Amino acid sequence: MTAHVHDNINYLKTSKGLKSWLTTVDHKRIGLMYLASILVFFITGGLYALLFRLELWTPNKDFLSVDQYNNFFTMHGVIMVFLVVVPGIPGALGNFVLPLQIGAKDLAFPKLNLTSLYLYWLGAILAVISLLAGHADSGWTFYAPYSLSKNPAVMWMLTAAFLLGFSSILTGLNFIVTIHKMRAPGMTWFRMPLFIWALYATAIMQVFATPVLGITLILMLVENFFHIGIFDPALGGDPILMQHFFWFYSHPAVYIIVVPAFGIASELIATFSKKEIFGYKFIAFSSVAITVIGFLVWGHHMFVAGQSEVADTIFSFLTFFTAIPSAIKVFNWTTTLYKGSIELRTPMLYGLQVLFNFTIGGLTGIILAILSVDIHLHDTYFVVSHFHYVAMGTTMIAFIGGIHYWWPKMTGRMYNEVVGKFASLLVFVGFNTVFFPQLIMGSQGSPRRYYHYLPDFQIFHQISTIGIIILAVGLFTALINLLMSLRRAPDAPQNPWGARTLEWEFAETPPVLFNFKETPVVTHGPYEFAKEGA
Amino acid sequence: MDTTKSVWLPEQASTFANSVDWAFNLYLWISVAFFAIIVVLIAYFVVKYARKRPDQLATAQIVHNTFLETTWTAIPLIIVMALFVVGMKGYWNMRVAPSNAMQVDVTGRKWAWSFDYPKEGVSTDTLVVPVHQPVRLRMTSTDVIHSFFIPAFRTKADVIPGRYHSLWFEATKTGVFQVFCTQYCGTNHSYMWTAVKVVTPDEFQAWVAAAADPSKGKTPAEFGEILYSQKGCVACHTVDGSTGIGPTWKGIWGISVPLEDGRSVTVDEAYVKKSMNEPATDVVKGFQPIMPPFQGVLSDKEEDALVAYIQSLK
Ligand code: HEC
Ligand SMILES: [Cu+2]
Ligand SMILES: [Cu+2]
Repeated sequence: MTAHVHDNINYLKTSKGLKSWLTTVDHKRIGLMYLASILVFFITGGLYALLFRLELWTPNKDFLSVDQYNNFFTMHGVIMVFLVVVPGIPGALGNFVLPLQIGAKDLAFPKLNLTSLYLYWLGAILAVISLLAGHADSGWTFYAPYSLSKNPAVMWMLTAAFLLGFSSILTGLNFIVTIHKMRAPGMTWFRMPLFIWALYATAIMQVFATPVLGITLILMLVENFFHIGIFDPALGGDPILMQHFFWFYSHPAVYIIVVPAFGIASELIATFSKKEIFGYKFIAFSSVAITVIGFLVWGHHMFVAGQSEVADTIFSFLTFFTAIPSAIKVFNWTTTLYKGSIELRTPMLYGLQVLFNFTIGGLTGIILAILSVDIHLHDTYFVVSHFHYVAMGTTMIAFIGGIHYWWPKMTGRMYNEVVGKFASLLVFVGFNTVFFPQLIMGSQGSPRRYYHYLPDFQIFHQISTIGIIILAVGLFTALINLLMSLRRAPDAPQNPWGARTLEWEFAETPPVLFNFKETPVVTHGPYEFAKEGA
Repeated sequence: MDTTKSVWLPEQASTFANSVDWAFNLYLWISVAFFAIIVVLIAYFVVKYARKRPDQLATAQIVHNTFLETTWTAIPLIIVMALFVVGMKGYWNMRVAPSNAMQVDVTGRKWAWSFDYPKEGVSTDTLVVPVHQPVRLRMTSTDVIHSFFIPAFRTKADVIPGRYHSLWFEATKTGVFQVFCTQYCGTNHSYMWTAVKVVTPDEFQAWVAAAADPSKGKTPAEFGEILYSQKGCVACHTVDGSTGIGPTWKGIWGISVPLEDGRSVTVDEAYVKKSMNEPATDVVKGFQPIMPPFQGVLSDKEEDALVAYIQSLK
């Protein structure tokens, strides 16, 4: 490589100014821009949740009108799903880390990568337009015929989700090609870090499932404008068909959301235990296995929707198989701790939280596959809590853990460890205080998306609302702690955690423009830590 | 104190409740056990293998153990397959109504329920059923998807426009049980409640007799007041002067109302009837044309009663 002089300086300093960022094709800068955008929307979506949770303090009106409440939970859901958890880990951390971890100079298609980011921003802008266009109140699930009410805000939302889907497909495509084609010499498939395996499985789902979302959303728009009679029963359409389409994407989307988190959890747990991960191949393949099974179980969202009993039974049967790889992963991570040298740094505290929360998220998912029990639990707070244990408790916590883990690499700074740990504790307590009571309230029969509720459920709502305040304080503390570190002079060592993956062992902190001064040659696995006395 | 209510589950009042709760509790204990094992192990490892010196390494590097891995794959597999069978059996039972089930037609509309008893020839807005009698609900919606959920009976089903979807149950005790709409259906989704009143067979017969002619012994305006809530007008119209989803009914009789298209009309019998049957023709200024047409839903007598009721609201 005939390196330009600039190529050997830290990627943050190669060029300056807003324009240099907006036109960059450097995966690291794109990753940081994703990160900033996603955090902005995470805060926005979180504020909506904070507001409607406060409204739920009493069973009747407190300070939001019923229409505002319906709009707020819709905005919360759409923002959190389409702008935060789906693009989150791949867009921000995946972009930054993937080429570094496999020893590549960049992604395979750097310009396409920038296009993904712009599509993401465009989608985000449309979501904001939807806000201005009125009250989108369809819920993030957009069920027909309710969503076909010609509400302009809902239509902007549909278009926004459509563009975000495109962004997701392009990212997936880019990752698949990069992983296949751009690994450094010696980086065999089984020397890839588990985060890479996770991103690979996720990318496959992004590429195969998201087009179905796109088609669905287009059909919804067509139905809204031209009244063809696709989903609207008043015109001879079939609203259940819309649900099939929707879940055909949105179930795999659950794995698009959670599989990257498994990847991060594996990195954190292995590194901070200085242990070879237990069952590496199993974890790697189970990410892929989940991808395949994940495509076959969408109907479990429709057990009360009027599909045939036979279909219900088959979907229930298949759904149980998703439990196995998930359970084994939990066992593998736990076993990895055994005889390790465990250091409870901030990222590890998040890693352990993922393990804790995901165990609850997984267990509460299996019960929903039990047909007779799901009939009772469907559309109650139990389901709400279950998917928040997955999307928030697993994905967002892993995301935040990942940010703390790669922060020194990204910025060259270490944050305050004590504050970081304290924040993670608040997040842990806050999160579980919000969502555990919702499991009980749900199995007691409290329906979701309810502005007005039975007084019996008030105590659960109040605990939950107290929880969100603790959670908000925790998240805010973590954010401030990270931002404060930027005011310091760069002080992060190249490999503060003693990790064995390329981005820590080979790349400088922060990395140079093309990641490595010379192409790394990989001679060991990602978690080959020595053992005492050896 | 109702003994069938537990920390996790509400009161039991149908023949399904036992088997659903049994499966729920079985699973609850299995998962508590799993969870406890995992959490205890994590806590134990974290304490026991805590790094004491900065350069301390792991004491072993174990990557794989066939016995462990086989066991922890096999055990969950057996458990989930058992759960599948339990759930399937319970579910099939819920879906197949006995042939002697009594039929009730359920209509969901934004944001009210109505129940018609085809054999008994009565209608109501609170479901009334005899105890120990299988009841089959044949449900449909006139607008968007709703869902009919009776927590104490552990059953629910979506109520879908353009098709019938059914649900059956057999109540095991008398009492009044909460019904919720559980499929988000717009503004007043969380107010779309009603109840199932489970009564003895004798009480049921007496109720049918009284309900067969709800207008009996009432003035048209009094009957109209009943229809106002029974037919779901209450979801959108108030009678106290405040504006709801639709205009209030208080004091509108005889006044002139401006319409969306610039015309105005006087509220009289003809206009009120037209508003019920084809609400989209004369849309009141400042309101959305979302009122469902009641053409064919209301009998002439019911229309007259509603007119009389509106007239009475000075
Ligand atoms: C889903 C909500 C909804 C329901 C249910 C509903 N209405 Fe309405 N109604 C409206 C709205 C909105 C308007 C004003 C727009 C219009 O004129 O179509 C209206 C207008 C009217 C008017 C004209 C009032 C005026 O001030 O000029 C009458 C009369 C009326 N409704 C009768 C009824 C009756 C009788 C029922 C029950 C059998 C009923 N409505 C149920 C929403 C509803
Ligand atoms: Cu699913
Ligand atoms: Cu509803």
